Amino acid sequence: MNILRITGQSALGLLAQFGKLSLFTASTLFWIFRPPWYWRQLLRQAVDIGYFSLPVVGLTTLFSGMVIALQSYTGTERFAAEGEGSVATVVVLIVTRELGPVLAGLMVAGRIGASMAAEIGTMRVTDQIDALDTLATRPMQYLIAPRVMAATLCLPFLVLVGDIIGVFGGYIVAIYQLGFNQGAYLESTLQYLEPFDVIIGLIKAAVFGFILSIMGCFHGYHSGRGAEGVGRATTNAVVYSAILILVADFFITGIAFMR
Amino acid sequence: MQDNQIIIRGLSKAFGNKVVLKDLDLDIPRGKSVAVIGASGTGKSVLLKCALGLIEADSGSIRVDGQEMLGASRQQREETLRKFGMTFQGGALFDSLTIWENVIFRYRQGKTLSRDEARDYAASVLAEVNLEPRVLDLFPAEISGGMQKRVALARAIADRPEILLFDEPTTGLDPITAGVINKLIRSAVDRLGATAITISHDMASIKVIADEVAMVHNGRIIWNGPKDKMEDTGNPVLDQFVHGHPEGPMTPSSDNG
Ligand SMILES: Nc1ncnc2c1ncn2[C@@H]1O[C@H](COP(=O)(O)OP(=O)(O)OP(=O)(O)O)[C@@H](O)[C@H]1O
Ligand SMILES: [Mg+2]
Repeated sequence: MNILRITGQSALGLLAQFGKLSLFTASTLFWIFRPPWYWRQLLRQAVDIGYFSLPVVGLTTLFSGMVIALQSYTGTERFAAEGEGSVATVVVLIVTRELGPVLAGLMVAGRIGASMAAEIGTMRVTDQIDALDTLATRPMQYLIAPRVMAATLCLPFLVLVGDIIGVFGGYIVAIYQLGFNQGAYLESTLQYLEPFDVIIGLIKAAVFGFILSIMGCFHGYHSGRGAEGVGRATTNAVVYSAILILVADFFITGIAFMR
Repeated sequence: MQDNQIIIRGLSKAFGNKVVLKDLDLDIPRGKSVAVIGASGTGKSVLLKCALGLIEADSGSIRVDGQEMLGASRQQREETLRKFGMTFQGGALFDSLTIWENVIFRYRQGKTLSRDEARDYAASVLAEVNLEPRVLDLFPAEISGGMQKRVALARAIADRPEILLFDEPTTGLDPITAGVINKLIRSAVDRLGATAITISHDMASIKVIADEVAMVHNGRIIWNGPKDKMEDTGNPVLDQFVHGHPEGPMTPSSDNG
């Protein structure tokens, strides 16, 4: 009896939360396309997301590219596949299709999604969001729309840079650690580099940027009261962004490559 | 008949199963200054926020110049909101903007002001609340709490709204600064002809700023009248509040229930 009630209650709570999130997303999309646009806010967010995330994304993709080169070498050795070709293929495929967008998405979710939730949550609990309303400014338009727009537009750029750095990481390991021939490795890399893979990776990036900014803004906007509420909003923003990014990754991959 | 700018009827609001306002009625006469008093946690801040639609009331009616606010369309609500200026209990200044950008945040909208013109205007409004121009380029975190309250006040009056709402504008200030703010609120009402609602705990301020007093208790207005009548109403709750007796019908537990 009690178990039934608890399950029912949490199911209802989840449903209500989902409804709130859908409404929030719809309202964000509605306001993104309506004037006035707050260009200064947009620029500020774009710099924060696109420029200041570069070191984090660069470092993670660099080392991941290096690790993949090592792994694919020790892995393919067992099947006696010839070196340059298979290592270069695996690196370029995995980095552009998967690791570039997913790692950038997760790192930026930790960096930007969390700070969005904390900043907007603080504004909520200190009445700054209500103050915006009384100062003839729509919070959805002034706070949320620029953030979501900036994240959706900047993530593909970050991922493009990450892709290049990741492939470069693989190259370094292949040449200096595994002693591959420079020209042959580059040739295989270019040979297996498909524009389609890169484009799907960039589409993923835009979707992940949208997800992490919506989650950051949503949890901040509906933050509970006090410092505790903001803390919880921040944690939830990161956790749910990460989960949703991986789920979305699965579905986009399925749709794009399983035809 | 008296001309009421704001008419609140049957306003109710509960958070979960905690009832804060129940069936509250209040009239705010045009061009008058009304002080709202009541123990901590009785829902005074919630009342102001409901009046602006910042918190959605559960039921009731709030009319501003005849325009119903509850269930109004977005456009109607935004239009009515333009008549209001409000300060919040915690100041609610935008931390990412400088003081002068805070002050002219709304005044600047829809105008083509140069940066210098905007800054000059901000300086002139700050002068009204006795703040020097040297604070213009600071951020809210860099000035004292009392200064933040004055900046919030400047921001609320910068666009000369018709209706001013102040949530505890003098709490936590020294008596001199509090006196300045009291005078400022009084002069906004007298000079600009604004309607004002001020939440306050301080009997000294109420004597300066208010024409009328409304007391909130258990989710309702239990007394409402001219301020000079508030001393001897025979209402035990109001008496206890006015004279600050620790013993009486109003106990902290019954209010925070
Ligand atoms: N957003 C909210 N969610 C849940 N409860 C709330 C919310 N806002 C206010 N409350 C509750 O409503 C009650 C009234 O709060 P309110 O802030 O209006 O009190 P107040 O009369 O302004 O008190 P004070 O004089 O201390 O400012 C409090 O018990 C508070 O806990
Ligand atoms: Mg209050």
